Amino acid sequence: MTEPSAPLPTPLLDRHEALGAKIVEFAGWLMPIQYAGILEEHRAVRGAAGLFDLSHMGELVVEGPEAGAALAAALVTDPPALAVGRAHYSMICAPDGGILDDLIVYRLAEDRFMVVANASNARVVSDALAERLDGFRAVLDDRSLATCLVAVQGPRSLEVLGPLTDIDLAKIRYYGIAEGTVAGMHALVARTGYTGEDGFEVFAEVDRAGDLWDAMLGAGRPHGLVPVGLGARDTLRLEAGMPLYGNELDRATNPFQANLGRVVKLAKPNDFTGRAALEAVARDGVDRRLVGLVLRERGIARHGYPVLDAEGPTGVVTSGTMSPTLGSAIAMAYVAPGHVEPGTMLAVEIRGARVAAEVVPLPFYKRPA
Amino acid sequence: MVPSDLRYTKEHEWIRVEGDEAVIGITQHAADQLGDIVFVELPDAGRALQQAATFGVVESVKAVSDLYAPVSGEVCGTNDALSGAPEVVNTDPYGAGWMLRVRLADAGELDALLDADAYDALIAEG
Repeated sequence: MTEPSAPLPTPLLDRHEALGAKIVEFAGWLMPIQYAGILEEHRAVRGAAGLFDLSHMGELVVEGPEAGAALAAALVTDPPALAVGRAHYSMICAPDGGILDDLIVYRLAEDRFMVVANASNARVVSDALAERLDGFRAVLDDRSLATCLVAVQGPRSLEVLGPLTDIDLAKIRYYGIAEGTVAGMHALVARTGYTGEDGFEVFAEVDRAGDLWDAMLGAGRPHGLVPVGLGARDTLRLEAGMPLYGNELDRATNPFQANLGRVVKLAKPNDFTGRAALEAVARDGVDRRLVGLVLRERGIARHGYPVLDAEGPTGVVTSGTMSPTLGSAIAMAYVAPGHVEPGTMLAVEIRGARVAAEVVPLPFYKRPA
Repeated sequence: MVPSDLRYTKEHEWIRVEGDEAVIGITQHAADQLGDIVFVELPDAGRALQQAATFGVVESVKAVSDLYAPVSGEVCGTNDALSGAPEVVNTDPYGAGWMLRVRLADAGELDALLDADAYDALIAEG
């Protein structure tokens, strides 16, 4: 056990305080949870653009002639199949198939990859990768504390970021990444996000974080961009049907239960940590599965509330909120595999009462084409 | 400053006495702390409230918070507008964002509540 240590301030803490943000401790960091209000921030991202400080996330660079092979052995995906400048969603699992974290893997060069991990798991992922790289000609460089990450998300993202960079943003496809200059500093720009909107994530040196934030906020204001905290980040990702580690995903959950079986590349030739366990799950099926729920009576389902069928308990809510975009209460929940068909009527137990809930396809929200 | 004509609970409800009835809501401070309110669950008319016991729930985007009865009494009306427009609790907590009307069971219970100065001091403590 390590001593509990004081939370780390995000390198942009002074900016958030000056903007009147409410600051909370999250995953060992002091982060903004909201500025003007969660609903206003949420709507700005859906309608215009929002600016996010994601500097708490972990950036792990894996480099060397066998970097791709090492990651193929460490993760459930097949990073060597990525073209340079492309990325994919991935997971790192334990030998029993339980999820240690969900990740994005970017191929920066032939022999250099960047793995972005959740702040809450950055240390776990860093330690596991270091161990799993053993025997491969590849080295791990944990750049988490040396890197700031500022994201712009929303339909106006390209107009906001375009004037600040020499990168031709229109040429970066979804899940692509390019290197260049943003606001006069060296940066990586990825077309990824966690909101269900178009947008870009900008990685730069941590000591330039303030300049990067100021430039993006200034360029965005005329387009309706507002700073967005972790509160709206959560409602945005939930509407987009994206899992959150600690809610939908954890050490006791495997990718197939979370409907992420497609991410696990059982067809890749090499062995990888968790392979045998995940092959067995793929063969034998799962005992519970993640679904989307929309409540059909008054109430809001919250994390931990029981899900009921006609006989009794059948599962548990992992995330739930009042959807700002849909105007109805939405939730994700694990339920028995017999209850996953859209249209299935279940109930959520809210303060002792049964509240009707319908299984619906995910995501709840899809941006207009 | 909070309105001087109201009484307050330590749990941030307010009450305005009107004859042998009273109107109940939550304070601006409570609404601000909760953030955007998206759901209010209130008891039906006719239900008996017990002083200091929970009578309903207010939910913001992030949080669920219980409501505590400032006094005992019978519910004689609720603000139905809140089911369609719960955000009024944020914008006008002492006016259109009222929650309940109750018939006071014991006016003496009001003495246990905070006056405006005492409530101001309470929220100033943080």
